[in-house]
Amino acid sequence: MNKKQKRQLKRIILSLVLLVVMVIIHKLVIDKLTLGTVLFRIILTAMYLVPYLIIGGKVLAKAGRNILNGQVFDENFLMTLATIGAFILGEYTEAAAVMLFYQVGELFENIAVNKSRTAVTALIGLRPDYANIEQDGELVKVDPYDVVVGSEIVVLPGEKVPVDGVVVEGESFVNTAALTGESIPRGVKVGDTVLSGCINEGGKLTLKTTKNFDDSTVAKILDMVENASSRKSKSESFITRFAKYYTPLVVIAALIVAFVPPIILGGGFATWISRALIFLVISCPCALVISVPMGFFGGIGAASKLGILVKGSNYLEAMAEVDTVVFDKTGTLTEGVFRVNDIVCKGSCNQDELLKLAAYAECYSNHPIAKSIEGAYLEKGETINKESIEDVKEISGKGVSVSLDGVTIYAGNKKLMVDVGVSFEENNETSGTVVYVARDNEYLGYIVISDVIKQVAKSAISKMHKLGIKNTVMLTGDRAKTANYVAGELGIKTVYSELLPGDKMSELEDIITSKCEGKKSGKVAFVGDGINDAPALTRADIGIAMGALGQDAAIEAADIVLMDDNPEKICTVHDIGRKTLTIVRQNIVFALSVKFLVMILGVFGIANMWLAVFADVGVAVIAILNSMRMLKFKE
Amino acid sequence: MKKRFDMEDLDCANCAAKMEEAIKKIDGVIDANVSFMAQKLTIEAEEADFDKIMKQVVKAVKKVDSDCEVVL
Repeated sequence: MNKKQKRQLKRIILSLVLLVVMVIIHKLVIDKLTLGTVLFRIILTAMYLVPYLIIGGKVLAKAGRNILNGQVFDENFLMTLATIGAFILGEYTEAAAVMLFYQVGELFENIAVNKSRTAVTALIGLRPDYANIEQDGELVKVDPYDVVVGSEIVVLPGEKVPVDGVVVEGESFVNTAALTGESIPRGVKVGDTVLSGCINEGGKLTLKTTKNFDDSTVAKILDMVENASSRKSKSESFITRFAKYYTPLVVIAALIVAFVPPIILGGGFATWISRALIFLVISCPCALVISVPMGFFGGIGAASKLGILVKGSNYLEAMAEVDTVVFDKTGTLTEGVFRVNDIVCKGSCNQDELLKLAAYAECYSNHPIAKSIEGAYLEKGETINKESIEDVKEISGKGVSVSLDGVTIYAGNKKLMVDVGVSFEENNETSGTVVYVARDNEYLGYIVISDVIKQVAKSAISKMHKLGIKNTVMLTGDRAKTANYVAGELGIKTVYSELLPGDKMSELEDIITSKCEGKKSGKVAFVGDGINDAPALTRADIGIAMGALGQDAAIEAADIVLMDDNPEKICTVHDIGRKTLTIVRQNIVFALSVKFLVMILGVFGIANMWLAVFADVGVAVIAILNSMRMLKFKE
Repeated sequence: MKKRFDMEDLDCANCAAKMEEAIKKIDGVIDANVSFMAQKLTIEAEEADFDKIMKQVVKAVKKVDSDCEVVL
């Protein structure tokens, strides 16, 4: 509780005590005296005004100010009107008590909202408070905002890295838990980049900053989470629109109840006005208006804690409605790292020689496959003598040829072999990529390279199917054989293979439009690693970027960012979305039905002021407590 | 120009919605958002008149809830 809230609490207690005292005096003393009606009324009004004004003075003042500003449907004003009405009708205890409980409810709301606000910031737990800068041999703590690019900062063991930078001195382990949700220490040494938000778990590090605080990873993430609540969900827009009409309608209903029945039916105005006051008490839509964004805020906070950044309430809502997930294969379902899996000799050389020739042929190429062959050769402790290589030709879409000590080496796919005119056997059996190698006119054999399927991908896919995501689709530029193998291993239902980069977009487009034609369709999510698939991330209902830590472009394009590269997090965020939506819907239905019920009971004189206060404040508190459950979400 | 401001004592979610609507109606304001949970105002408005617009924004905020402050 902050100071303001504590003061309010004191006021509430004082007012409550006084109210109880007044009720006792009222029942035991005043009721027994024989007083004239007027005097009796004056005494009671004066008595109950004491606790009423202590707690409601501010409300009255605010009501006055707001009505001068033309805010007729202001909650302070309506509450004032209701309680003053009650005083006039002789319902003194009710008048004071309604104001008191209204304030108790407001205080509680205030505390709950603050609590969830701080809980979310703590969940993220990222914001660095200071940066250490060395001045005259002493460490000085400065605001991370004031650190200019290129300055040297010191991060001591146990401290948070405040600004992105490169290590210039020291060696340590940093933990990215606060960013990714998973506690994995990573070794860093001079020359390595360290992202802000990591915790230094080893020795002292000196960093040269590469970014301003505002452009650093931490600031970007915090910014995104804070901004997330400004992208409103459908339920939120619905409730704000609803609230706009709700209050005026209830107030009009109150007027009708107050004046129409007595005129038509005859009889006392007092009864009907007293019933109308009940309407005024429940005319504030605050319970609804608070609990909806609060539920989403909690959901987004819970996701952040697990290393999932959701850029808006609308995306969390859409995520709950996803029934189709489209994956890019490489880097998403597979590690995106190619490895030499098999070396098969078909000619006059052994495996080592075949690898060596292939490595020499490929060493000038930057293609991931070429790099993996070169890497496999270097891993054996060999070196490539680039001086002996001449006449390097890269034949796009086919492979490479080089001349090495007078002979020509060819390495590439089957098209290259056909072009060269060597006789070779095509290998269609293996699931990886096949690189054929030939020397002059002699076919030597082939090397199989494959990408490694992520360990968790399989369980992630089966979990998705269990959660009710009906369609899983994989898009890849790879051969059908490889694609089908990966999809089969993982249990993915639909595969589109041998796609050119442009084809991926049109396939995604087809999936989305075909879904729109069939009515009642769920949302389509696209999952990519953020490299080259920004258009697809933007086009899908929800773009999910994986392993995006430190990749600004991917963070920019995606709607949901998984900081680590674990596809299981897609299930987690789907689950969070669903739970959030359930809570939000519970709140809307609960609040509305209680309010309408009390209004109906009120018209028939069954409900009284006390019930109305419950329908207003009690419902708000229950809805808020329900929303706060999202903060406790666990996987 | 898009800018973000902290808001103090924004105590009621319904008021936040009312403020947002009022701010959006101000001339020169392209888009506005009042987040009750984050206690923040995000505003996009014509750069040339920004200060003038902000004065009107503060007025609009005060009109809905006289206790609420926009931290400029």
